[in-house]
Amino acid sequence: MPYVPHTEAEVREMLATIGVGSIEDLFAEITPEMRPKSFDLPEGLSEMEVLSRLEAMASRNATDRVSFLGAGFYDHYIPATVDALTMRGEFYTAYTPYQPEASQGTLQAIFEYQTAVTRLFGMQCANASVYDGGTALYEAAMMAVRKTKRRKIVVSEALNPIYRVMLDSYTSNLDVELVTVPHKGGMTDMDGLKAAIDGDTAAVMVQNPNFFGSINDFTGLFAAAREKKAVSVISAYPVMAALLKTPGAMGADVAVAEGQSLGLPLSFGGPYLGIMTCTKDMVRQMPGRIVGRTADTRGRTGYVLTLQAREQHIRRQKATSNICSNQSLCALRTLVHLCSLGEMGLKRAARVSVERAHLCAERLTAVEGVELLTKGAFGNEFAVTLPVNAYDVIAKLAARGYVPGFPLGRYYKDLDNGLLVACTEKTSEEQIGIFAEMLKGALR
Amino acid sequence: MIPEDLKYAKSHEWCKVDGDVATVGITHFAQEQLGDLTFVELPEVGDTFEAGAEMGSVESVKAASEIYSPVAGEVVEVNEALADAPEKVNEDPYGAGWMIKFKLAAEPAGLLDAEAYAAVVESEGH
Amino acid sequence: MKTIFEESVPGREGCWPCEGMSEEAYIPKEMLRDGEIGLPSAGELDVVRHFTRLSKRNYGVDGNFYPLGSCTMKYNPKFTEVAAAMPGFTRLHPVLPQLQGAGGLCQGALEVMYETERLLCEITGMHAFTLHPMAGAHGELTGVMLIAAYHKDKGNKKTKIIVPDSAHGTNPASASIAGFDVVSVPSNNGIVDPAALVEVLDDEVAGMMMTCPNTLGLFESNLPEIVRLLHEKDALLYYDGANMNAIMGKMRVGDVGFDVVHLNLHKTLATPHGGGGPGSGPVGVSEKLLPYLPVSRVEKQEDGRFRLNYNHPKSIGYVAPFYGNFGVVLKAYAYILRLGRTGLIRATENAVLSANYIRKRLAGHFEVPFDRICMHEFVATAAPQAEKGVHALDIAKALLDKGYHAPTIYFPLIVPEAIMIEPTETENKATLDEFIDALIEIAERVDTDPASIQAAPVTLPVTRLDETRAARAMELTDDL
Repeated sequence: MPYVPHTEAEVREMLATIGVGSIEDLFAEITPEMRPKSFDLPEGLSEMEVLSRLEAMASRNATDRVSFLGAGFYDHYIPATVDALTMRGEFYTAYTPYQPEASQGTLQAIFEYQTAVTRLFGMQCANASVYDGGTALYEAAMMAVRKTKRRKIVVSEALNPIYRVMLDSYTSNLDVELVTVPHKGGMTDMDGLKAAIDGDTAAVMVQNPNFFGSINDFTGLFAAAREKKAVSVISAYPVMAALLKTPGAMGADVAVAEGQSLGLPLSFGGPYLGIMTCTKDMVRQMPGRIVGRTADTRGRTGYVLTLQAREQHIRRQKATSNICSNQSLCALRTLVHLCSLGEMGLKRAARVSVERAHLCAERLTAVEGVELLTKGAFGNEFAVTLPVNAYDVIAKLAARGYVPGFPLGRYYKDLDNGLLVACTEKTSEEQIGIFAEMLKGALR
Repeated sequence: MIPEDLKYAKSHEWCKVDGDVATVGITHFAQEQLGDLTFVELPEVGDTFEAGAEMGSVESVKAASEIYSPVAGEVVEVNEALADAPEKVNEDPYGAGWMIKFKLAAEPAGLLDAEAYAAVVESEGH
Repeated sequence: MKTIFEESVPGREGCWPCEGMSEEAYIPKEMLRDGEIGLPSAGELDVVRHFTRLSKRNYGVDGNFYPLGSCTMKYNPKFTEVAAAMPGFTRLHPVLPQLQGAGGLCQGALEVMYETERLLCEITGMHAFTLHPMAGAHGELTGVMLIAAYHKDKGNKKTKIIVPDSAHGTNPASASIAGFDVVSVPSNNGIVDPAALVEVLDDEVAGMMMTCPNTLGLFESNLPEIVRLLHEKDALLYYDGANMNAIMGKMRVGDVGFDVVHLNLHKTLATPHGGGGPGSGPVGVSEKLLPYLPVSRVEKQEDGRFRLNYNHPKSIGYVAPFYGNFGVVLKAYAYILRLGRTGLIRATENAVLSANYIRKRLAGHFEVPFDRICMHEFVATAAPQAEKGVHALDIAKALLDKGYHAPTIYFPLIVPEAIMIEPTETENKATLDEFIDALIEIAERVDTDPASIQAAPVTLPVTRLDETRAARAMELTDDL
């Protein structure tokens, strides 16, 4: 049997030691009435057979299309070091670092990850990750609810709708009220958000750049929230964060992100990485594992899981969260990615993405009937309105090898003609040219 | 380690009444059970509590516990020093490790004397 | 060892994928970052060497026996990584199925999801599965949300979830986060006692979360009675799949009456745990909970093609942005195909055999509070050793010195000085024997040289670490 090493002779010897006659004797407590009604699985295949079956399935996924899809999930270049280093068995096949002396590799890496993401967002503290960007946002909302002992969450409609539906589901049984402030032509409505914050507001939640790609400075909004003693939460896109004013500089209390763009493949939705950072003032409300630096009995530097009294294995039903397994290896990938690119590499990746997006916007809006939806500054993603339904255009172009973007009508009424277009450093100028020509053809 | 001049709650808080002000902390037994404290969370001045209400918490590396108000009243002072030095609760639970001063809203009731509290400790000790 | 930030040398070139213009050409200055990020400037070899050195300061299954109870640290077959790394899967953008006419672009991935769900249904006897939950605790939360949705839909007013005192801490935490009050039920002789259950079982109980075998490694032999009692009150039974490795092919939780179950693919189905995650916690349900499963649901059409259906009005909604940790699911799917029916049964049988073998051979050296046939793991206690000043923690550290990862200690909470050992089926007999001999040697040393155990570990990069100092100083980054 694959992966079971005991020989028949060894099994007999072990059974004799235990003092039973057969393996089945070990399962005697499972009485006949509890036995399976069926266990009708196919018999095992060889390694080669399994892989060729999966190869065939993989080939039924059209990954050869040129894609301008983003919507919060981006195809950035991943340096080869990321796979090579994070696939090392010492990292890959370890469990959560419960025994710190035998887990300094994982623990120091998480500490360095915490350092990297707090610097990226201009915040003070980070945890070792949660499942994804949407869960991070929900956990941030709960941090605010605990901190303020209030129940209202004010959310911008320009925040990723995929996360807003998660927020809605997660809070459906809780005494929490979600107040959504509509977007204004793809722009985050600052005045509307400010007006919605009152004495019962636990948090105000926004995104930068927002779902439509628009860049904002939330300094004024966060100051207004502070005045009302509400917590300011920002969901950031970490590649653009290399260039933009930091959440910390804007006065955010909690900054979260989907870390996929930092070293994780798109992989049909996961595994991804929920990045969570906050001010020192909020750290005891933070869910999940946190690593801290300390010393051993001989005074040498070492790392441990710390502030564990917040967690489920100690607090049980009073814990800040139920999270146990997180996305630690994904956090390691992000760290190796950030270290491999370094300060300048990450900025360059972001700059080229911005440059390509602006070229793309210029070429697309040169096509008759195509206009930019949002008026302000944007980074590597932007929204356009087409003269026709965006779904139809997507279907036409996808059939010809180009996936032109995400249909805004999927989540926003009245935006059926809206198309969200993303570029990264992997998007070539040639592809942008062909895209514009195809769009022109499709609209003719 | 159970001073005679204090009153105790079964949940291991002590209380010293002086006129209409009560000083509150956790007992030697409580701090010993928790181990080295790493964090003390206290209410704010002006907060009011009923007797028996949850008013804060203490944390050590391996444990966490809520603190309950042994008396009814308004918080008039908290021990700010504990924010940076929670170890004071371990070192001197009845002195420098005091936590909160209350202006009493009612005469304390249902509290134990040293002897009765010693019996509680005895029953929970092992 | 220095951090990568301390090793950074300003100006040293890393991997720069491209050249770009200044962002100021496109974005107003007041919206831009002021100053440097503070990421390291390191050469590629610097990075490779730093992380290679870090990796050497870690124990993992590939290098060390890892009998961490309740965590099922079995060997993770390498070929499953090949499957998960196929570009046909890794390059797939998750919103593709949301584009009309583009579902056709990801038929292979949808088939993987559909087939995996079907296989998990057959393994557990459940009616349907969702792959969306991204870890075991996430599966628990999803499961409890399903229980809440079921009662709400039926108009039942139920506010409590029962959790045995031997349960993982995630159980009460998950129930509480979903808005329920948690009621604990005590164990008797190591298992749930129906008489004690009746005491707390009233009309307000929405459900009960059970681990079977439980965290003591014992089979819950009163299960049929417990199921009957719960269902009489229209309360649902939740199965925590942490210990599923003990029962594959021997019992199906659906057949015995569980209504909701989560599996830990990173335990039972051999996907690597990555030093903390990613895991995957698919949730299976009985037919009555089908309408409430999270959206989207993958379906097979009559023409043999696959599609995602988002139209389930009674669904609890979204617990993941897309379809869960798809890359992890792929590995579990490959593992199930490789082992097949007989392979899965053999995995369970040998896991139970190995656990009992260790338990029996340790007899006389360590006390086992419930010393009878165990399932895939068992719990010993170091209480007798503790009276001589050597605690479970010390024994764990002494094992590290001998090259073994330690068992789970101080859990479950109902056993003092608990040492919870789970060998899994993938370790050979020689490894088990060496591990047993190591534990016996340590047990003997409790009498002859306790100080050496209390001082352990001494062979690792660090000795015991000051956790109190870490929690008080809160040095959480290189800047704080």
